[in-house]
Parts: sequence; C-alpha cells; structure tokens
Amino acid sequence: MPADRHKQSSKYTADRGMPGAFEGETVTRRRFMEAVTHGAGGIAAAAFTLPALGFALGPIFKREPFSWQIIGKPDDFTELNYVTKVITIVQGVGEAGKSIAYVRKRDPAIDTEPHDQFNKFIALSSRCAHLGCPVRYVEAAEEFICPCHGGVYNFRGEVAGGPPVRPLDRFYTLERNGYIYLGPRYSVNSELQRFAPRDPGEPLDGIGQYLYPSRFDTSKLPPTNNLPLPPTVPGTGS
Amino acid sequence: MPLPKLLKRPAPPSPGQEAPLHPIDAATEAGLTVVDWIDERTQLSQGLRWLMFRKVPKGINWAYTLGSATLFAFLSQAVTGVFLAMYYRPDVNGGAYESIRNINDNVFLGQFVHGMHKWGASVMIVLIFLHMARVFFFGAYKYPRELTWIIGVVLLILTLAMGFTGYLLPFDQRSYWATIVGVNINNTAPFLGPYIGDFLRGGPEFGATTLSRFYAIHMLLIPGLMAALIGFHLYLVTKLGISAPPWLKAHEPEAVTEVVEV
Repeated sequence: MPADRHKQSSKYTADRGMPGAFEGETVTRRRFMEAVTHGAGGIAAAAFTLPALGFALGPIFKREPFSWQIIGKPDDFTELNYVTKVITIVQGVGEAGKSIAYVRKRDPAIDTEPHDQFNKFIALSSRCAHLGCPVRYVEAAEEFICPCHGGVYNFRGEVAGGPPVRPLDRFYTLERNGYIYLGPRYSVNSELQRFAPRDPGEPLDGIGQYLYPSRFDTSKLPPTNNLPLPPTVPGTGS
Repeated sequence: MPLPKLLKRPAPPSPGQEAPLHPIDAATEAGLTVVDWIDERTQLSQGLRWLMFRKVPKGINWAYTLGSATLFAFLSQAVTGVFLAMYYRPDVNGGAYESIRNINDNVFLGQFVHGMHKWGASVMIVLIFLHMARVFFFGAYKYPRELTWIIGVVLLILTLAMGFTGYLLPFDQRSYWATIVGVNINNTAPFLGPYIGDFLRGGPEFGATTLSRFYAIHMLLIPGLMAALIGFHLYLVTKLGISAPPWLKAHEPEAVTEVVEV
C-alpha cells in the first residue's frame, strides 16, 4: 500500500470499485448519506430508549416526602422500657408499608448524645442494620435481637454482638400539641452521631460514610411545618 | 381386528389403469406441498439440517445432553410462566398473595403448573451447574469456545437473577423478608450499592411499585435477554462443533505412532 494512498485513489466510488457504486457518486456523498442514515436511526432509537431508561432509573433520584405521624402522648412512654409502636413508612401499600418503632423517654443518665428537640423521646427503628430483618426487643435481656443472622443491640441500640455494622437507625421525634410525633428516619454511627438515612449493611464509621453515599437530599433536620393535627377527643366539640 | 375401511389400501389397479389416489397418500401429498411451498421461499430446511445433522466426536456420552436439558428446563419455565401470568396479579395490598392462593386452590391444574414453575426453577439451576461442571472438567471451554463459556456465565447470572426476582412474587412473609435481605446485600457494594438498591426497589423503601418492578424484570426484561443469549450460545455450539471428551486421544498418523522394536 502506498504511504499516501488518499492522493492516489479517486474520489468517485465507481473508480474505486465499491459495491453499489454508480456514475458520479463521490465517496464524500456516500459517507454523508451513511452518516445521515445512521444518525436518523440513532435518533429514532434514542427517542424511545432514553425516556424508557429514565423511567426505570428515575426512582434512584427521587425522595419520598415523609410526613410526621402521631405515636402517642408523653405519658405513654417511660425511661426504663421500650413501647412498641406500629408506624407507616410507605403510604398505600398495606402491611408491606408498615414497620415498627421502639420508643422510650430520653434518660439523661445513659443517653449521652447531644440533646435537642428531636430526641426528647428515643425512637429506634426495628430494621436491623445488618440486612434489614425486624429486630425484637427482649425485655429480660434489655437487648434487641435479630432473628435472621443473630445481630444483638444493647438498650441504646448500639451493636452488642453479631454482624450488624452500625447501631439501629432512629426516628426524629417531636413533642407538640401534647402528642409525640414521629418523623423521618436517620442513621447513626457507633458514637450515635446523626447521618442521613442509609440502607442496612452500610457502615458509617471511618470511610464508611464515603463508601456508601446517602441519597441526594442530605438535610439533617426535617421540616416541622406539616404536622398533622391531633385527633379530636370525642365529646369536646369542634 | 380388521383395519377400518378408510385406512385399507385398495387392490392394485389393472394394468394400464391409473390408480385412484388413496386419502392417506393425498393427505401426505398435501402436507408435502405445504412444506415445500414454505421451504422454497424460506430455505429453512437448509438451516435446520445445519443445526440438527452435524458431526459429533467419537465417545460422547450422556453428560453432553446437560445443555439440552437446561434448554428444556428454560422452555418449561417459559411456558408455565406465561400461563401463570394469566392468573397472577402483582398487587402489594394482598392481591398478589391472594392470586397465588387462587392459582393453588381453585384454578384447574393450578397447583401443578405453579409447582412445575417453582421446582423447575431449582431444577434449572442444578442442571446449569452440572452442565458447567461438564464443560469445565472436559476442558470444553478452551479455544475456540471461550465466548460460548462467557455467554454461558452471563446466562447463569441471569438465571440467578430470575430466581431472585421470582422469589418475591408469591408475596408471603418468606418472600418479602428474603427480598428485603437480598436487596440489602446488593446495597453493601461500595459506591454503587445504594443506587442498585434504589433501582431494585424503585425508591428508598420497599414501596408500591417494588413488586410490579420485580414482576416486569422477572417476566419481560430477563427472559428476553436470556432467549437472545441462548440463541447466540446455540449458534456458537453449532458453528464450532462439540469438543471431544478428554480421554479420547487424537488420532495420529500411523507413521508417528508406529512402535519400533529395538
């Protein structure tokens, strides 16, 4: 092959003996027609592929709003024991959207993490931090035990044994209008510092928080302006 | 018992006389005409001959049928799955569980077809691993069949994904919690894990669309991919031929193998 073959070859497809060549067709014209055909096909394919892909991947970038829900009155809870409350995590899917929160009053003697309006009552999620099975509170042992792979958490929800990689998740709680409201979930590391919610199995100590990024909104404090009104007591009017 | 009159061949005709066409011969003729008509236009018989009548090495045994067995397990899953879809309802509010109960308790042969699909899934996984073991221990993955092996591994992964997504569909306690755990295992992959989990669940929590998502992946997305890859796998098997069992010595020219007595 000559070093500079472009100079030597003709610009007509017929001269080069290309298949389907006809008189007067240049190589440039053929390349242009090829590009237009492939481009049009690509645009047509992208017109249905991209929306379908976005449709399937959209939920990754979406965050469901979490509404506050009433879980009881302040007198329902003590510092010494957990009360089991069935809560709704996802609306409209029946039993599959329900979960359990273990709630007690904050005890300054043992709850050494910083105190603010969101943790006057401690609400632990029953979702095991190992792989998401529901833990159960065993009153005699003052421990949470997971039935699936033997994770054990102490009274504060910190890992006491087994495979879990971080303490039990918690929920924001708020005392308003004489009721206790339960808000969004948040995750904690082994020092009970707050982090944006993570899925089970994702450690938060050391580089864990960078290996497992949280979803796009990382607002640490939930808005408190959409509290539902407390239920009306029968016989008091309104 | 005498043959029915219709099937009895008539007596041979007198010399010089055209025999009337017997109904069976007429039917055979008609059938052949249709087949010929199609084949003349499609040339399908060529391809079928290429696929079905090929040379195989000496010494092959029953272990070589494991691939076909896996293929038939896949076909069985496809057929039973299509018919289960006629009665199944991917409804999180208890409708999915109820529809499975309906299939098992009320639908004619429902429990049987559901059982075929359920147990067939395990059978298919077992057959795949046996097939894979045969290919591995016979060295059949070596040149020029590496791509066949790679596609086979992709098919294995897709089959496992079928098992994972299908496990949720009965929507009882076991399938629900197994899926929660399974999705969370996916979450533990660094960096990408949380996004994989969100993609599988269709959101940050197990929600309204998770079940229909799993159902669509289980019965549309993966089966389509698998059918295409199985086609390519079979094409490669036919194109490259089947490898001989490892204990079969290559036949060498006599001059080389001749033993010289000293």
